[in-house]
Amino acid sequence: MKSKNSKDAQGAPLFDKKLSRREMLRLTGASGLGLLLGGGSVGGILAAREATGQAAPAPLVSNAEVIPFYGSRQAGILTPAQNFLCFAAFDLTTTKLADVQKLFQSWTEAAAALTSGSLIGSVNDNPNLPPTDTGEADGLTPSKCTLTFGVGPAMFDGRFGLAAKRPSTLADLPPFAGDSLEPQWCGGDLCVQACADDMQVAFHAIRNLARIARGTAVLRWTQEGFQRTGNADPKGGTPRNLLGFKDGTGNPDVTNDSEMREVVWCGSESPAWMQGGTYMAVRRVRLRIEVWDRSTLSDQEATFGRHRQTGAPIGATDEFAKLNLDAADPEGKPVIPPDSHSALAHGDGTVKMLRRSYSFSSGMDLTTGQLDAGLLFISFQKDLVKQFVSIQKRLSKSDRLNEYMVHTGSAVFACFPGVREGGYIGETLLG
Amino acid sequence: MKFSYAFPAGLLAASILFAGCGNDNNSNNNGNNSGNESAATAAAATNAPAAAAASAADFTSAIDQYRIYVIEQCDEFVKQTEAFTHAVKTGKLEDAKALYAPARMYYERIEPIAEALGDLDPNIDARENDVDPAEWRGFHKIEQALWQNSTTGGMAGVADQLLKDAQLLRAKVETVDIDESLLVTGAVELLNEVSSSKVTGEEERYSHTDLYDFVANVEGAQKIYELLKPELTKKDPSLAQTIGERFDALLAELAPFKSGDGYVSYETLKEDEVRKLSQNLDALAEPLSNMGTILGV
Repeated sequence: MKSKNSKDAQGAPLFDKKLSRREMLRLTGASGLGLLLGGGSVGGILAAREATGQAAPAPLVSNAEVIPFYGSRQAGILTPAQNFLCFAAFDLTTTKLADVQKLFQSWTEAAAALTSGSLIGSVNDNPNLPPTDTGEADGLTPSKCTLTFGVGPAMFDGRFGLAAKRPSTLADLPPFAGDSLEPQWCGGDLCVQACADDMQVAFHAIRNLARIARGTAVLRWTQEGFQRTGNADPKGGTPRNLLGFKDGTGNPDVTNDSEMREVVWCGSESPAWMQGGTYMAVRRVRLRIEVWDRSTLSDQEATFGRHRQTGAPIGATDEFAKLNLDAADPEGKPVIPPDSHSALAHGDGTVKMLRRSYSFSSGMDLTTGQLDAGLLFISFQKDLVKQFVSIQKRLSKSDRLNEYMVHTGSAVFACFPGVREGGYIGETLLG
Repeated sequence: MKFSYAFPAGLLAASILFAGCGNDNNSNNNGNNSGNESAATAAAATNAPAAAAASAADFTSAIDQYRIYVIEQCDEFVKQTEAFTHAVKTGKLEDAKALYAPARMYYERIEPIAEALGDLDPNIDARENDVDPAEWRGFHKIEQALWQNSTTGGMAGVADQLLKDAQLLRAKVETVDIDESLLVTGAVELLNEVSSSKVTGEEERYSHTDLYDFVANVEGAQKIYELLKPELTKKDPSLAQTIGERFDALLAELAPFKSGDGYVSYETLKEDEVRKLSQNLDALAEPLSNMGTILGV
């Protein structure tokens, strides 16, 4: 039985169909909705909105709120981290490469609309059909929405004839000491990282992409994440993780193009289809919040190797002061413990990666009554093995922080190079 | 969903009598006779709304055939419910358990029609907590007695009432105004039923016979798709093909759970099997919800 009905007979809309279609054409033709919506590249994907045909109103959004979807590189990698994340890993249910191509073509079209704040598709005013856009972001600004797409190592098994194209660095991560991985947070054929300054905008993107994928791919796992918002931190300082410490101080400089080529972007050493792309490592790290909360401040600071309030290395006052791992106290003991998180992550300073993590809070662990909260660690690097794996191996062995966290999820993805208008995301691999 | 029905009180009374008689006369066969008679009634009753639709597609034949289908299912539903309620009233616990789920399948195939007919759906199919406890009656109340309390005791009155409600459904169904929009939305509605209560195992919480309902809902939707397929193929052949393929995929996913003439207990399904069924269902329901495309030009 169905719980309640809303089946009053409302026969009329059926017969209005012709009229509304004409109305739509008139509206799209007449008043240049592309301008109205502020995005540069919204041509074919615009849906008729309920503009009533008056003179075009002032632009709804400023360009500063739109991060272009098209370009030589994907957005959402060097893009300064937006306030919210909605991450989704998908499994393909098809075994036909042509279906995968079609999915990415549809996703590309949708992504261009989603990131520019437009409705997806052209059927949003037909009373006989479900709208092609689910509508919860209608009227909202693009909110710096970025969508970043990738494929996991599983894509290169026997299903699609792509085995020979698998880059050697793209493989499931080796086991790390202390891992407690749960299958429901691991892997995936495809991933989409949706980031935006508004959670509803980010969710709307993933929801619609999942909907478009039905019959071709299914959700495997999702995780929402947050950072402090721009409103809460107008100065845009380094965000703090849920343990209260600044996280990301030691990140490489995303404005330095040569450093980004060295750390993030794949070049000629990579298969042709990955040049201009990058590899993403994702780890769902549950923090043992309750245990952390009863450790002393000095323990906490020794664990990170930094002062909690300023983020500066122990013994220093400036957040961005160099980590002086040789500094010793009068008794000859290192000022910054060698097994602190900062010291181990830094190593000899030669291996770097770009971190772009978000905190998560997924309610309560029903077994223990503790908070199910932590960090969705995300990093980008041009070589997973040389960068992420070598650093994580070091950390997993002796990081003091291990006492306060457990890695429950793990996945890696090859994030394609960007796409130009007329092309589609993933074309270099699938085309 | 768009349903409307209107009937004069006299016609309703006549229909109840008609249905009762038809049933008694055909109680040992599934009644081609009553199907034919119904078809004639149906053709007469549906002309008006269908003709009003100014669309290029012609739904007259689909609507007529659907009405025949609904009435066939209703006839069989009454017959099976009679056998089930008889077993309950005569205290045959195991017989009653065996007859319960198969009888319900006839109802589940045409559930949106029943939902359109006032209180019939809650009276026949309400689960505990769906309605005021004092008003709770129908299949699931008996289900609780049979499986949770292992008794038919105290259920005679409920059984009598259930049979009367089933007969009333059979009578009222003659008066339902079916149009093409109802068909399109009805198909989606059937799959939504599966998605919201069957796939979660909530519907048959005592008997765990959810797979019977699941299959019947899908079959009911498939019937509508088959009837609309010729028009849909004219309008959007690739959509018609996609829907057909996804029905096949879902039915293939359900096949391993067959057991004899029926289906295994929903409790025996593993978590990932439930998830896969649910995802196949969503994959089908999404294109199916776009069948409304045939209503336009």
